Amino acid sequence: MSVDLSPIDQSLLEEIASIHGMPKGAYNIRKDGQLLERNSSANIEISTKTDNPGIDIHIKPGTKGETVYIPVILTASGLKDVVYNSFYVGENCDVNIIAGCGIHNSCDQDSEHDGIHSFYCGENSRVRYIEKHYGEGEGAGMRILNPVTNVYLEKNSYCEMELTQIRGVSSTVRDTNAEVGEGAKLVLNEKLLTHDEQTAVSNMKVELKGDDSSVQVISRSVAQGNSSQTFNPLVIGQAACRGHVQCDAIIMDKARVTAIPGIEAASEEAVLVHEAAIGKIAGDQIVKLMTLGLSEEEAEAEILEDFLS
Amino acid sequence: MLELRNVSFEVAREEGSKETKRIIDNLSLTIEDDKFTVITGPNGGGKSTLAKLIMGVEQPTSGQIFFDGVDITHQSIAERAKLGIGYGFQQPARFKGMKVKKLLDLSAGKKLPMLACNEYLTKVGLCSATYLTREVDKSLSGGEMKRIEIATILARDPKLAIYDEPEAGIDLWSFDRLTETFRDIHSARNGRSIVIISHQERIIQLADDIIWLKDGRVEAEGSAETIMPRLGLLAKDNPFCTLTHPTELHLTEIPTTC
Repeated sequence: MSVDLSPIDQSLLEEIASIHGMPKGAYNIRKDGQLLERNSSANIEISTKTDNPGIDIHIKPGTKGETVYIPVILTASGLKDVVYNSFYVGENCDVNIIAGCGIHNSCDQDSEHDGIHSFYCGENSRVRYIEKHYGEGEGAGMRILNPVTNVYLEKNSYCEMELTQIRGVSSTVRDTNAEVGEGAKLVLNEKLLTHDEQTAVSNMKVELKGDDSSVQVISRSVAQGNSSQTFNPLVIGQAACRGHVQCDAIIMDKARVTAIPGIEAASEEAVLVHEAAIGKIAGDQIVKLMTLGLSEEEAEAEILEDFLS
Repeated sequence: MLELRNVSFEVAREEGSKETKRIIDNLSLTIEDDKFTVITGPNGGGKSTLAKLIMGVEQPTSGQIFFDGVDITHQSIAERAKLGIGYGFQQPARFKGMKVKKLLDLSAGKKLPMLACNEYLTKVGLCSATYLTREVDKSLSGGEMKRIEIATILARDPKLAIYDEPEAGIDLWSFDRLTETFRDIHSARNGRSIVIISHQERIIQLADDIIWLKDGRVEAEGSAETIMPRLGLLAKDNPFCTLTHPTELHLTEIPTTC
């Protein structure tokens, strides 16, 4: 490890990417709008973009069992960091990508990170993408994260995305767009917890373009305090495809949740389903856990943890 | 030992009404340690309410409840749980995102080794390889939920276990297995008490003591030998009693072999 990480840096990296110090293999760690440390591996090459701020990640065809880390941390207040990251995953790969952004804002100016991620998944490839957003700090400045995720799945590829934002992010607008080719499958797992005065908007647009393509959107969220959330996932079926959208929210205190799951069929062979549910924690759940010796507060915390697990 | 002294429980006859209806009526009873007690009687007699009052899910309007000499009348559910009272719900709660393994761990109050989980699930006729990683949500059938609910009480191993109609929702084909489970619980009780609310003759037959509850009052109680012969007669007083029939049949198939 050639750079020194402050305790705050280390804590943020651990929170968003579960890494301690520099990870093994390919990685790119960005701090306050600058490259902190980078490493390419034999199969995964990371290079600086020439047109926009950000990086290109090229994964060689046939790469299997490797993980690439691209976490971003912001500890400087008053900074707006916009970054473009593009992943080019070759054919027949099986890889994990760990991303995420952690903001520590202890001042009164806003901190913002907008990550624009594009994924090009080659034929027969499998990609597991984990992105975690987290904010902390005692300052009055906003912690803002506006990620854009674009996914292009080629024939028979598979991509599973876990998009998580648990606590601390003042404002977020998430845009996720996907084009799913023949025989390809996309799984989008979104988990969100907002509290206090936070706002979150999640827009998704998934186009199922090839026969036998499919998508599963599972959104689970908890809204606490005076926070507000809006979910707007749209699945468009343009072939003999399958799509399932599920939005499930627990509402607490004086929060507000809007769920507008949409499906649009442009082929008579498209099978699309959507469902949405918003409700408070069920009383029978709390009572059951209390009969196991948990206090009401412990029971509530346990239910929320499992719901967002 | 559990003791109820002059316990009454009243609810408003209608929502917002000041007129009350007495569900449990000045009831006194004692559940001795090391006993397998079945509470039975007609529907609407107050059996489930009584169980909820013991667990603390409901608070009595008047009267006192003692557990091992401690007045628990105003203790919370969690406090009673910590004292050693367990409760198997008639309609178990479902938890999105919680795995069966986690629920068993929470029940035991510690991380359970796989071997112990296997044992509890096998006792209720479920294969742990299939079920431990399943979520306790609507993907499980009513019968599966009931079995898992019973397994949580086995994992908790309370000093006093109350089961509210454990047979309800269990399919006819698995009922034999359930009675075997309760036979095992009975023989391995080792000082613990088991209270089962049931209409099922074959579960009643396992009892040391039987309590016949009607209109919120104990109409008859005593050893199985003395009460069993009177059950037919007691039941005849109530045309709705389902004493000799399973209360609910769900003929869904549940895999019970690994």
